[in-house]
Amino acid sequence: MLRREIAAIAALALFSSAAAAQDTAKIGLILPMTGQQASTGKQIDAAVKLYQAQHGSTVAGKKVEVILKDDTSVPDVTKRLAQELVVNDKVAILAGFGITPSAMATAPIATQAKVPEVVMAAGTSSITEASPFIVRTSFTLAQSSVPMAEWAIKNGIKKVVTMVSDYGPGIDAEKSFSDKFKADGGTIVENLRVPLRSPDFAPVLQKAADAKADALFVFVPSGAGAQFVKQFVERGLDKSGMKLIATGDVTDDDQLNGMGDVVMGVINAHNYSASHDSALNKAYVEAFKKANGGLRPNFMSVGGYDGMHLIYEALKKTNGSTDGEKLIAAMKGMAWESPRGPISIDPDTRDIIQNIYIRKVDKVNGELYNVEFATIPNVKDPVKAAKK
Amino acid sequence: MTRGQTIAAQGLARRARWRAPEIVFWVLAFAALLLPPGKHLLLNEVAILALFALSLDLILGYAGIISLGHAAFFGAGAYAAGLFCKLVTPDPLAGLVVGIAAGALLGLLTSFLVLRGSDLTRLMVTLGVALVLHEVANALPQWTGGADGLQGMVVGPLLGRFDFDLYGRTAYAYSLATLFVLFLLARCIVNSPFGLSLMAIRRNSLRASALGVPVNRRLVAVYTLAAAYAGAAGALLAQTTAYVSLEVLEFQRSADVLLALIIGGAGWLYGGLAGAIVFKILQDTLASNAPQFWMFWMGLFLVVLALVGRERLSGGMRGLLARVARR
Repeated sequence: MLRREIAAIAALALFSSAAAAQDTAKIGLILPMTGQQASTGKQIDAAVKLYQAQHGSTVAGKKVEVILKDDTSVPDVTKRLAQELVVNDKVAILAGFGITPSAMATAPIATQAKVPEVVMAAGTSSITEASPFIVRTSFTLAQSSVPMAEWAIKNGIKKVVTMVSDYGPGIDAEKSFSDKFKADGGTIVENLRVPLRSPDFAPVLQKAADAKADALFVFVPSGAGAQFVKQFVERGLDKSGMKLIATGDVTDDDQLNGMGDVVMGVINAHNYSASHDSALNKAYVEAFKKANGGLRPNFMSVGGYDGMHLIYEALKKTNGSTDGEKLIAAMKGMAWESPRGPISIDPDTRDIIQNIYIRKVDKVNGELYNVEFATIPNVKDPVKAAKK
Repeated sequence: MTRGQTIAAQGLARRARWRAPEIVFWVLAFAALLLPPGKHLLLNEVAILALFALSLDLILGYAGIISLGHAAFFGAGAYAAGLFCKLVTPDPLAGLVVGIAAGALLGLLTSFLVLRGSDLTRLMVTLGVALVLHEVANALPQWTGGADGLQGMVVGPLLGRFDFDLYGRTAYAYSLATLFVLFLLARCIVNSPFGLSLMAIRRNSLRASALGVPVNRRLVAVYTLAAAYAGAAGALLAQTTAYVSLEVLEFQRSADVLLALIIGGAGWLYGGLAGAIVFKILQDTLASNAPQFWMFWMGLFLVVLALVGRERLSGGMRGLLARVARR
């Protein structure tokens, strides 16, 4: 009798463990956890963990398992890790991708293995064109730059100097801002670029100061904003009467509070602010801070959070099928309410459609925040829209 | 042949004799091809780093030229192979030759800079060359893709037959075969009178020149050779990942290869190979177990290695191997 029971339990255990292996959907999360872009990795990893803590790790009968890998922002490592995740771990979805080259290097793997690649950070417009299996939940630089140009021209800014980091997203930002600004009747005095690696802003800032423009438009990647602002102030440009306008990468929530009062009044355009006024966002910020020792979520974190949401919802729609083509089909056109506001995935380009907010850095309860004061609803990626 | 020459020739022949552990090493390396799929991608990276470290060993371990910018040649090979694949033909072997040629050419041109000055000057010059090249690649996005990387490389099948698969088996076979061939060549070279003269230069270049060794010509030759090897390693990386980014020229790449060589021990050909295996596998294991803090453990390992003394470790190993071989 006892023996039979034991046998039954053993059989059950065996069966259920076999079933568990069958019923997992693995996500390969590749992020820069060390090196220059480590803050991006940290934010996204935290957001992914938070999403799983809030929504459970089972969806449509599948256990969702996230495998985190550090690519140190080196694209050939990203590619190798993606390949290993697909081949060894049999992941159903690849996600993360801190910088554009990493996302681009992985694109052939996504195509070849028919595995969806959910880009949670990298912001160059052309990424989604590199493979039909790429979906983006972050943003594109053009999405922020074009509204910034519109706002500037409407608010009496006539002459602008642009300064961007010299790589894909920076060039996107420069081009889309300049084109829009010129089309609306403004003048671009000079287009300046600084190297992505170990940037020294001083000589470029001097040029900007000499140009005597109304405003300086800036893009630097997430994590480099504090250094830029420091040198901006050291050069005395904050007192020169030249306005500072930017994409929200510069006044990154992760670093904003440490930049000091000099950034107060900086106008910028972006997709997410930790101070976004909605019940969903308040709950998100509170939960995120609680889980991460007071760390404030930034726009990278919502890319990760919404990426997970997209994956969960797609799995629900396919009834737990992890077939790549079905997942991508399910993701196309999906719309939901994010902590940043309403967002959706463009069925044509697989890129994100979201509100862009014009914000001003201000003090709220003694802390610096990007306070939103105008909304441009449902912005599609302008670069791809212009191609049509 | 005089008596002295006979003794020297015998000495060289003894040095060049194949030993059992060496044969075992290569048999194991090729046997790894038969492993079930899964580890070949990592092994491919190990083989490429091993070739790169072998290249550095030729100049550092044998000729005593210290370099902090060896990635310059690696990167030159990678970009040359990448562009050749995109613009001329996708055949990997032709691309490999182009990569080797690019590395060698750059090595020959810059070798004259390295001839000048002492170790410290060389350190700065090599570092400088790599930095300049990195900036050049960064400033020519229409060619290199800049910080976004060289995209759209479609590498053809190897020998017109074997496609580069997702599992990396072809890639590993390709890299390993290249490593093996170039290793054999290096083995012949270091065990030749040419190799001996290099070692004489490393120990005391003044005395070597007094003995009639053309010091500068030898250094130019070995530097060019090492650069060609590094170019081959770069070409292999470009072709097996079908992608080239600015990271191929980054300082970190030069530092990593130096670390790998120091772990394995400079001055014997297996040093770079052993170092590459230890370095890559350690890095991979640590990084997958602790994605955020693996650098701490890596650093700790290097400190411990320095304290215990790699010489003692590898010296003990070599003593052991020698004893086994003598039996």
